[in-house]
Amino acid sequence: MNNLNKDKSWIEVAKYDELPVNSGKTVRFKEKELAIFRLTNGKILAIENRCPHKDGVLAEGIVSGEYVFCPLHDRKIDLSSGLVQKPDTGCVKTFDVFVQNGKVYIALLEKSGIAS
Amino acid sequence: MTQKEKLVVIGNGMAGVNTVEHILKLAPNQFDITIFGSEPHPNYNRILLSYVLAGDSKVDDIVINSYEWYEEHNISLYTGETIIRINSATKTVTSDKGTTISYDKLIISTGSSAFMLPLPGADKEGVIAYRTIQDCEYMMEAAKNYKKAVVIGGGLLGLEAARGFLNLGMKVDVVHICDSIMERQLDRTASKMLRDKLESQGMNFLLNKKTEKILGKDRVKGLKFSDGSKVDADLVVMAVGISPNVQLAVDAGIEVNRGIVVNDFLETSVKNIFSVGECAEHRGIGYGLVAPLFEQGAVLAKKIVGVDTNPYEGSVVYTKLKVSGVDVFSGGEFIDGENTKSIKIEDEFSGIYKKVLIRENKIVGAVLFGDTSDGNRLMQMIRNETDITGFEKSAILQEPGNHGSSGLSVADMNEDEIICGCNGVSKGTICSAIKEQGLSSIEEVKNCTTASRSCGGCKPLVSDLLEYTLGDEFDKSAQKETMCECTDLEKDEIVAQIKEKGLSHVREVMSVLGWLNEEGCSKCRPAINYYLGMVNPKQYQDDSTSRFVNERMHANIQKDGTYSVVPRMYGGVTNPADLKKIATVAEKYNVPKVKITGGQRIDLLGVKKEDLTSMWEELDMPSGYAYGKAIRTVKTCVGEEFCRFGTADSMGMGIQIEKRFERLNTPAKVKMAVSGCPRNCAESGIKDLGVVAIDGGWELYAGGNGGVKLRKGDLVATVKTEEEVIEFTEAYLQYYRETGVYGERTSEWVERLGVQHIQDILADESKREELCGRMDTALSVLKDPWKQAVENEKIQKDLYEVIEAK
Ligand code: SRM
Ligand SMILES: Cc1cc2nc3c(=O)[nH]c(=O)nc-3n(C[C@H](O)[C@H](O)[C@H](O)COP(=O)(O)OP(=O)(O)OC[C@H]3O[C@@H](n4cnc5c(N)ncnc54)[C@H](O)[C@@H]3O)c2cc1C
Ligand code: SF4
Ligand code: FES
Repeated sequence: MNNLNKDKSWIEVAKYDELPVNSGKTVRFKEKELAIFRLTNGKILAIENRCPHKDGVLAEGIVSGEYVFCPLHDRKIDLSSGLVQKPDTGCVKTFDVFVQNGKVYIALLEKSGIAS
Repeated sequence: MTQKEKLVVIGNGMAGVNTVEHILKLAPNQFDITIFGSEPHPNYNRILLSYVLAGDSKVDDIVINSYEWYEEHNISLYTGETIIRINSATKTVTSDKGTTISYDKLIISTGSSAFMLPLPGADKEGVIAYRTIQDCEYMMEAAKNYKKAVVIGGGLLGLEAARGFLNLGMKVDVVHICDSIMERQLDRTASKMLRDKLESQGMNFLLNKKTEKILGKDRVKGLKFSDGSKVDADLVVMAVGISPNVQLAVDAGIEVNRGIVVNDFLETSVKNIFSVGECAEHRGIGYGLVAPLFEQGAVLAKKIVGVDTNPYEGSVVYTKLKVSGVDVFSGGEFIDGENTKSIKIEDEFSGIYKKVLIRENKIVGAVLFGDTSDGNRLMQMIRNETDITGFEKSAILQEPGNHGSSGLSVADMNEDEIICGCNGVSKGTICSAIKEQGLSSIEEVKNCTTASRSCGGCKPLVSDLLEYTLGDEFDKSAQKETMCECTDLEKDEIVAQIKEKGLSHVREVMSVLGWLNEEGCSKCRPAINYYLGMVNPKQYQDDSTSRFVNERMHANIQKDGTYSVVPRMYGGVTNPADLKKIATVAEKYNVPKVKITGGQRIDLLGVKKEDLTSMWEELDMPSGYAYGKAIRTVKTCVGEEFCRFGTADSMGMGIQIEKRFERLNTPAKVKMAVSGCPRNCAESGIKDLGVVAIDGGWELYAGGNGGVKLRKGDLVATVKTEEEVIEFTEAYLQYYRETGVYGERTSEWVERLGVQHIQDILADESKREELCGRMDTALSVLKDPWKQAVENEKIQKDLYEVIEAK
C-alpha cells in the first residue's frame, strides 16, 4: 500500500521508533481497544485487543513471528489474518496499518475479518 | 455450473452436525447445507455439560463448532428456530418463525428430550430437566439462591447432576426407584461401591422411593413419596430417562416406533429423508450415547454423498461416569447369567473391583470400578468377539500398573471405530493425520484432530496408534520430553549446548539449535530464557519478550485484562505503617478488591495497567512475586516468641529465608513455610520446601505440593542451626534450579530424581559447597523489578503505557 487510502479514516497512533520490538501496545480509540505489534521483521500489524475465546488482552501476549499467543489461555492468533490457529477456532478483527515519515497510522474501518 | 443439491438438517446437535462434518470431508462442495437448531447456540458438546455444572469447564469451552465454522463452510445456520413441519410432497420444511426451505435430502437429527414424570406438581417452578445449556445455566443460577436440590433418578445423568450440585455448594438427595443405583450399567457389587464412594463425597441417597407428588405453592418445596415420607427441596431435577423427539416425523407420515425407524443406511420410510442420533431407532434400538451416534453419522455421510459404505449394524456400547474421583466403567452385558462365567478381582483395600463376563469363550461384558484403565481394551475384545480360549485368564484383567500386551492391539480395530468418544474422532482420522501431517506425539495428535482433548481417557489408545502407524520411528519414552513442537531437543541437551557453545540469547539458541519455527513459541521461549539465566546469571540479559505476561509485567493478569498487585510481606509479618500505606494506595487508586491471600499477604486486585507503576512507587514496597516462576512466599506460624508450644523462632527464620531468596527465578514457583513445632500450623508438609522446628533442630521437607496434585513433602535433612537451614536451602534450591525442567514443580522433580538422590546430594558437604557458591552468584544480581520500572521511563513506556488515540 503506497498511499493513504482515501476511503478509510486513518488515525495517527504512535511513532514507529517508539514502539518496542516484538511486543504489543494497547491503543484506545473511542470505544475501541486495539493491540498493535512491531514485529522482528519490521512490520507493524494491528488487531482488536480482545481474544475471541474469553476476551484476553492480546497486546500482552508473547509474540512469535507473525503470531501472538493470548496471555490468558494461549490461543495462537495470526496477526495478519486475525485467524485463531488450529485446533481452536475464531477470528479477531484486523486493521490496516500505514507507516509514513516515521509515524504509524491505523485505519479504523476494519478489514474484513474472515479469510475464506 | 450445475446447481448444488440442497441438504437440510433439522437439529443442530451432536449427531446431526457430526454427520455434516463427515459430509464436508467427503465432498466439500456437493451440497448447499442448511441447519436448523432450536437452541440459541452453535453446536456444542452436550456430554461436557456435566463438567460445566461441576465447575470444571465454562459454557464457551464446550462449543464444538463456532459460528465462524459455519460461515467458513457456507452453512446457513438458523439457531433459535424450530422446524414445525416437514412436507415430503413439496420437499420443504417450515420453521416456527415462518422460514420455509426446500431440500433434496433431509436429515432429522432432533435428539431427544428429558422424560418428565407426569406427577402432580411437576409444572411448579424449580422442577427441571437436565439436557441443555439452558438447563445447566438455570441450575447454576438456582444454586446461588437455594440450598437443597433433589435429583430424581440414580442413573448416569442423575448422579452427574447431583455431583454438580455438591460442587455448587448445595445439599443434594438422589431419589431412586430401585435399591441400587446405576442398575442398568452396574452389578450389585459395583453399584454398592459407587454408592459408598458418592456418600463419602456428601451425596445422600433415598433408595426404593417412588415419588408421588411434588409439593409447594408456585415453587417446589418438597417431594412426597408413595410410602408417605417427604423430603424438602428447593430444586428438583428429573433424570429418569429420555424420549426421542419424533413428533415432526409422525406428522409427516414417516414410520415411527419409539424412535424414527431407520434401516442400516439410516434411511427412513420416506425417500430422501434420513435420521440419525437419539431420535432414530435402528433394529429396535435407540441409542443414548454419542459413540454409536458417531458411527451412524459416518455411515449416513457416505450414503448421502454416494460413496460405498458398509451398513451400520448396531453398536455395543459402554459408559463411563464423569464424576471426579470416581472411576466407573461398564460395557456390554454385566449381570451374571446361566450360561456366563466371570473373572473377578475385588480389592476392598484399594477400592478396586473388576469383572469380566464370558460366554462361550467370548468376552461379552465388563464392569470396572476404581481402575478403569482396562476399559478400552476390553471393549475392543467385546466388539470383535475375540475368542479367549488361548488366553491366560489372569492376563485378561491386568493388575493395575501392569499393562502388558494381552488381548488385542489397535491394529485389529476398524478404521471407523471411535477412539475419542468425547470428540468423535475415529481410528482412521487419527492414522491419516499421523501419516499425512507427519505427527509424532500425542500432543500433536491432540492439536490436529482434537482426539484426547476433553477427558484424556483415550490417550493410551492414541499412543498405541502412533506406535502402530509409525512403527519403530515412534519412541514412547521420548514422548513428553521435548520442549515443544519447535524442536526435538530436550532440556538437558539444550542446557548442554548453551554451555558448550556459549550461547547467550534466546534467538541465538533457536537458530543455532535448528528450531523448526524460527521465532519459537510461547512454550519454548520462556524456557530458554530461564535456562540462559540459570547458566549465566551474571552475563545474561533477560529477554522480557520471552516472558509470560505476568513475569513481564510483574503483576498477575486478570481475566478482564487488569492486574493484581501483591507486595512482599516477609514471613507474613507486617506492621501498622505498611498496612496504612497499602490502605492509602488502595483507596487512592480505587482498587476494586483487597484480599488476604493464601500466602499470608495482601492482594490488591483489579488494577489498571497504566496505574501499576505509580502504585508501586507510592507503595514503596518490594514486589511479592506472586506472579512468577520464582520464590513466592515463606509462610510462617507464630512460633516460640508467643506460642506455648513453639520450640524455635519460626517467624524470624521465615523472614530470613524470604529475604535471602526473594526474586530468585526457579523452574516453577517455589513456596516455602516454617513452622515452630510439628503441629505445623504453617503447613510445612505441603510446601516445595517446608521447615519444621523440632526440639534442638530443624527438619527440612522437600517436594510438598498443596495444589492440583496434592503431595506430602519428604524429609530430606535434619539440621541443628539457623545457618544450616539457610545453607541446606541454598543447596536444595540451586540443585532444583539446575536440574529441574522448566515448568516442573519440586513435587514432580523430587519424584523424578528420587528422594534418596536428593538426600544424598544434601548430605554431601562438597556438593553443598559448590551449589551454595553458584547460588550466591545467582542471588548477587537480582534487583527489585518494581523499583526498576519506577526508575526507568523506557520500561514504563514500553510496557505500561496505553496510547489514547484521537
Ligand atoms: C492470590 C492467590 C489466591 C488467594 O487469594 O489466596 C492465588 C492466586 C492464583 N493462583 Fe494460586 N494463589 C494463591 C495461593 C495458592 C496456594 C496456597 C499457598 O501458596 O499456600 C496454592 C496451593 C499450594 C501449592 O501451590 O503447592 C496455589 C496453587 C495454585 C496452582 C496449582 C499449582 C500446582 O502445582 O498444582 C496454580 C496453577 C499454576 O501455577 O499453574 C495457581 C495459580 C494461581 C493464579 C496465578 C492463576 C493465574 O495464573 O492467573 C492465580 C492468580 C489470581 C489473580 O487473578 O490474581 N495457584 N495457589 C494466592 C496467592 C498467594 C500469595 O500470596 O502469593
Ligand atoms: C448432561 C448430559 C451428559 C451426557 N453424558 C454423556 C456421556 O458421558 N457419554 C455419552 O456418550 N453420552 C452422554 N450424553 C448423551 C449425549 O449427549 C447424547 O447422546 C447426544 O447429545 C445425542 O445427540 P443428538 O444429536 O441425537 O441429540 P442432541 O445433541 O440433543 O441434538 C438435537 C438438537 O436438535 C434440536 N432440535 C430438536 N427438535 C428440533 C426441531 N424441530 N427443529 C430444530 N431443532 C430441533 C435440539 O434442540 C437439539 O439441540 C449426555 C447427555 C447429557 C444431557
Ligand atoms: S485463585 Fe487459584 S484457586 Fe482461585 S480461581 Fe484462581 S487459580 Fe483457581
Ligand atoms: S481468552 Fe484468549 S485464549 Fe482464552
